[in-house]
Amino acid sequence: MITTGRVWKFWDNVSTDEITPGRYNLTKDPQELARIAFIEVRPEFAEKVRRGDVVVGGKNFGIGSSRESAALALKAAGVSGIIAKSFGRIFYRNAVNLGIPLLIGDTDELEDGDVITVNWETGEVRKNGQTLQFEPLPGFLLEIVREGGILEFIRRRGDLCIG
Amino acid sequence: MGMTIAEKILADHSEREEVKPGEIVMAKLDFVFGNDVTMPLAIKKFRELGVKRVFDRERIAIVLDHFTPNKDIKSAEQCKSSREFAKEMGIKWFFEGGSVGVEHCLLPELGLVLPGDLIIGADSHTCTYGALGAFATGVGSTDLAVAMATGEAWFRVPETMKFIYEGELQPYVTGKDLILHTIGDIGVNGALYKVMEFSGSVIEELSVEQRMTMSNMAIEAGAKTGIIEPDKKTLDYVKERAKRKFKVYKSDEDAKYYKVIEYDVTNWEPVVAFPHLPENTVPISKAAKMNIKIDQVFIGSCTNGRIEDLRMAAEILEGQKVAKWVRLIVIPCSPTVYWKALKEGLIEIFLEAGAVIGPPTCGPCLGGHMGVLASGERAVSTTNRNFVGRMGHPKSEVYLANPYVAAASAVLGRIASPEEVVK
Repeated sequence: MITTGRVWKFWDNVSTDEITPGRYNLTKDPQELARIAFIEVRPEFAEKVRRGDVVVGGKNFGIGSSRESAALALKAAGVSGIIAKSFGRIFYRNAVNLGIPLLIGDTDELEDGDVITVNWETGEVRKNGQTLQFEPLPGFLLEIVREGGILEFIRRRGDLCIG
Repeated sequence: MGMTIAEKILADHSEREEVKPGEIVMAKLDFVFGNDVTMPLAIKKFRELGVKRVFDRERIAIVLDHFTPNKDIKSAEQCKSSREFAKEMGIKWFFEGGSVGVEHCLLPELGLVLPGDLIIGADSHTCTYGALGAFATGVGSTDLAVAMATGEAWFRVPETMKFIYEGELQPYVTGKDLILHTIGDIGVNGALYKVMEFSGSVIEELSVEQRMTMSNMAIEAGAKTGIIEPDKKTLDYVKERAKRKFKVYKSDEDAKYYKVIEYDVTNWEPVVAFPHLPENTVPISKAAKMNIKIDQVFIGSCTNGRIEDLRMAAEILEGQKVAKWVRLIVIPCSPTVYWKALKEGLIEIFLEAGAVIGPPTCGPCLGGHMGVLASGERAVSTTNRNFVGRMGHPKSEVYLANPYVAAASAVLGRIASPEEVVK
């Protein structure tokens, strides 16, 4: 899980109300959700984000509502993963369930527009030849993300009485 | 080694003698549910799993409460897909139209969520049921899908933080103020992935409804859930309602806590959380002097839409009029609460004051409908979140408060103390 992309830097305490505002939560279609990501607080995001880009937050990224649309919108928009100082816990769990890798650590060194190469399994982030170290997901959660999400993980384990 | 309530519930539900913080367990769930926002995606994921049946049609609820009565075609479609799924799967607990209430008011009221339960709901305020001594937590749609299929979920056993409230509550200081004070003290990340356990003589004095207001906002401190040990009040509340058997858990004397925080509440006053975080708390004596003009007041929601909350608001609004240029929206959180408010004459007080009464819905709390804010508008709201854009335009502002303060503010057209209205 190594990706290269541009940094989209956000502020502290980005809530799910900023990622996918409540009144836009009227669809389950990932592509439609991708178009509403940060629609009011950073309207250019949905148009300009490219596959592999990285969303970088400050403290408490994704606090608030349990709406999975927030994580799903970023995934559908092509975001390869999210790095923040800390995460709102439900967003964190939703991201893992959807197979979105996360890193935790001091994000002050990462600036908007930086091109970075991220190893989501080891937590190494390379920027202009410099290497920054972040904390990757712990083992069990990393396994889920490696499988592509909790549904894939469960299917692979065959832990379901189907039928 | 002693265990906390949360640890005991997780241990019992994962068939273990004991669990320790940090361990990951697969646990059996007592009850799961979703709403019109989170259910359609959960249904899609459920189908992707290829499962034909839900794990137990009597342990799942679908509550169409967020964008209902359907506000537009898209929300109608969301509700329709949830309804069709409920029919197809034979889901026993399905609520809409005249049976629906805001989920976290409705489910405890109907005795569907009980002490000792392990519950997940695809809504962040699922932590409300901690007030009954349940381990209840909000999840996303994928977790709900898996839970509907398997009846299980994985949990990382959280550490527990104990909050002890002693002293004497002053007039107009409510459960809402206790929790806002606490969030103001520890911050919106202060209990990240911890269980908050609320205790002390002040909690014992609180009604079950006020306790629900507190547990409801545990998520606003980042907590997994907010638990209160069941006592006689809890049992009186659930006994007449319970639709299933339940078990009461209590924390052991030698249970291990991550942290214990003690408060003396005697000098606490009602607080207002300023934009744009619930931790930005200001005591009402100070906030009332700032001459903050407002455009709207909302009294309702899963935090403060219960009958006691409406009684508090009515106590202030009786014989008063809402200030010119201010819109007061009152939404009883369930059909039962609506009935009671009608019979007790509260609805009459609200109407005479100039309020508009809405049908039970989450509506304005999430800026969904029935009270969305324009740019630059300010609202005092009895809800739980004041994030950027929460109730409408990203340049609108939400001030969180208890029902007394909200009602007084509606009368004076600015953030006001109840004492300014009730002389």
